[in-house]
Amino acid sequence: MSESRQRIWAPVLILVALVILWETLVTAFNIQQFLLPKPSAILGNLAQVVVHGGTASTGESAAELSLGNRFFVVLPGGLTPEIEENLQNARWVEFPFGARSVSVVRGSNLTPILAASWFTLKEALGGMAMGTLAGVAVALATTRWTASREALLPFAIAANSMPIIAFAPIMNNWFGIDNPFSKMAIVTVMIFFPIMINTLRGLISVDSRSLELMRSYAASDTEILFKLRIPNALPSLFSGLKVAGALAMIGAIVGEYFGGPRIALGVFITQEAALFRFASAWAAIIVACLIGITIYLVILLAERLALPWHPTFRA
Amino acid sequence: MTEPVVVLENVDKIFGEGAADQVHALKEINLQIEQNDFISLIGPSGCGKSTLLRVVGDLIQPSSGGAVINGKSARQARLDQDYGIVFQAATLYDWRTVAKNVQLPLELMQFSRSEKDRRTQAMLELVELTDFAAHYPWQLSGGMQQRVAIARALSFEPSILLMDEPFGALDEMTRERLNLELLNIWRKTDTTVLFVTHSITEAVFLSTRVIVMSARPGRITADIAIDLPQPRNSETRSNVRFFELETEVRNALRISEGGQAASRAPA
Repeated sequence: MSESRQRIWAPVLILVALVILWETLVTAFNIQQFLLPKPSAILGNLAQVVVHGGTASTGESAAELSLGNRFFVVLPGGLTPEIEENLQNARWVEFPFGARSVSVVRGSNLTPILAASWFTLKEALGGMAMGTLAGVAVALATTRWTASREALLPFAIAANSMPIIAFAPIMNNWFGIDNPFSKMAIVTVMIFFPIMINTLRGLISVDSRSLELMRSYAASDTEILFKLRIPNALPSLFSGLKVAGALAMIGAIVGEYFGGPRIALGVFITQEAALFRFASAWAAIIVACLIGITIYLVILLAERLALPWHPTFRA
Repeated sequence: MTEPVVVLENVDKIFGEGAADQVHALKEINLQIEQNDFISLIGPSGCGKSTLLRVVGDLIQPSSGGAVINGKSARQARLDQDYGIVFQAATLYDWRTVAKNVQLPLELMQFSRSEKDRRTQAMLELVELTDFAAHYPWQLSGGMQQRVAIARALSFEPSILLMDEPFGALDEMTRERLNLELLNIWRKTDTTVLFVTHSITEAVFLSTRVIVMSARPGRITADIAIDLPQPRNSETRSNVRFFELETEVRNALRISEGGQAASRAPA
């Protein structure tokens, strides 16, 4: 019990210490915020602080409600792209017809960042699903028909060597910049190899005694596949999935750097950086990291549920 | 007299035949095993004991010569599921519980559900692991794992039990206990056993016949009938005849090894 607590608290303490060190160093050396914003600035960017609540009637301008140019008006339904644009360009907003209740908030980016993250996460998960299916299918095929292994492996290695930076614009051309499928295709290509090679290793590296045992029972190839090779491959498939989970978010964001809808996380980061809003860009990067960690933890949990027999989970 | 269970005629096995580093593993092996025999194969390391076991079990094809098992080819005997096999490593499937491991051959041989459960239950009782049915292999000691492997090999009542140094990795106490258990099981079932071992004591204690093999190329150099009374038990080990037979096997090994055994054989 105390050991598992230590496992949680040790990294948390290190994180807190690092953030404090970061904040202190940036302040002490007076580092420009475009080089490295303070953690407090980044977190402040995500915190949605309600400064003033009130009601407004149609046609009333935000300027009348706002307490200065650093305060924006956000409607209860959250930011629409039009309002977001107004917020960036002007100090005041015209309330759409029929709006009644408003809150005046300090320019928070939590809502757009979460919306963009959700969009990009869907791309990453779609690509993961396709890449995993393709990787497992090729691994199974090359196990079943050994001859196809020599024929297919060079292509798999070629796919793995493909520079993703060069590949991303091509996929954007093929499927259209705003089509999420273009980013899913990039993720698929990125994760195919780790999934395929890990699964293949698990399917092939079966203990020779276990195989002899199956042969002595006169088991067919199909029975050997389902009762021996596939269960034997599951732990390495999960190793592959853990690598793929991190790559998936990276792949989707890199794809978006070469163009995508305004709502995408990669596009958001590029734009914020271009507009010198570095705290906001950093906030988005941190959310992307948190999503990557979450994907990893979900895979870890799935692994525990799927492989209760595995010796690494000894109680 | 019933026909022999195993008949080997002039079996030769050469690995990598024709290559510069070819290995002549077995040479002119002639062997007959009768029903209910308990045969131990003993010999220096690398003498082809395990190879011989695999030739009988159709896991390796002989280079020349023939094997007739229960009046059939070894291949047909394998397809008819005449063999139960136990290796030095228990070779349990990590993802299956103890009960599921014992059931593996029954699943493959399409036994009915009730028959599977009945036999699994009976086998676990036989090896005294009923309480561990739901455990995974890593939760068991080496000796317990090996008992599961034996239960698995016996679950479908094979006519021949092939055992390749099954207790080689266990400590002396566990090994002696499992020797007794194995003899119990052997008496209760109708099985013929072919048992590979390094241990002279184990071979003499368990067997009805001990086959001594020479260093590579492996040939049979002695065939010693063990005429100790049945059933054997812990008192068998203090029988004078037991020591005489041990000495006989040791001498046969020494001759077959050309003097090397003098330093290697246990005192």
